[in-house]
Amino acid sequence: MPIEVNGKTLETDEEGYLANLSDWSPEVAEAMAKADGQELTDAHWEVINFLREYYEEYQIAPAVRVLTKAIGKKLGADKGNSKYLYELFPYGPAKQACKYAGLPKPTGCV
Amino acid sequence: MSVKKFMYVNRKAPYGTIYALESLEVVLIGAAFEQDVSLAFVDDGVYQLMKGQDTSEVGMKNFSPTYNALGDYDVNKLYVEKESLEERGLTVDDLMPLTYEDENDDYKEKPSIRVVTSEELSAIMDEQDVVLSF
Repeated sequence: MPIEVNGKTLETDEEGYLANLSDWSPEVAEAMAKADGQELTDAHWEVINFLREYYEEYQIAPAVRVLTKAIGKKLGADKGNSKYLYELFPYGPAKQACKYAGLPKPTGCV
Repeated sequence: MSVKKFMYVNRKAPYGTIYALESLEVVLIGAAFEQDVSLAFVDDGVYQLMKGQDTSEVGMKNFSPTYNALGDYDVNKLYVEKESLEERGLTVDDLMPLTYEDENDDYKEKPSIRVVTSEELSAIMDEQDVVLSF
């Protein structure tokens, strides 16, 4: 289902992940969140930006276990735990945050 | 669930066929099941770990940076066959310096790549419960 952002139509796969990584902009994340009835706060952006950096470095979207560990290392143990991340992204931190970040669905996610 | 020893054997060059990328994806997916995972690189498979890969001319994604993420997935036993390196005029210095953090040793960074002889590798293969060849 394609999404509309700033008057442009962007292609996505059947689960709503962007088809082309290069189509991403912060407005895309905002639009996707809005469709889910969610407001993006700085705490959300911290995770989204982290994921984009992770993808840039390793060319993959990390599995949730790896994401949790890596966030803990970078942002501190109070953020590197499932409870904190699930509160921010109730549909699953890796899945939902990766989607907002314009990344493919995490490898190993079903 | 008991932990089994899984080894993924990589024999093919990284590009030109889909084997190397598929193997890597299966490894990452399999890592979620918290088994004892190791990888072996033999024959042209050793090229998968080469430094400085550039795929701009071949029209395939350069997925070599993803090998650096294996440590995060607790995959930290990458056996490279010595003979395969030598036949291709390569040494371990031509390969990416892959590392992992050892949780049992104060998160010290340690190398993931271990160069082993063909004989040592077959002994390691013998210990496996499952060997998957790509």
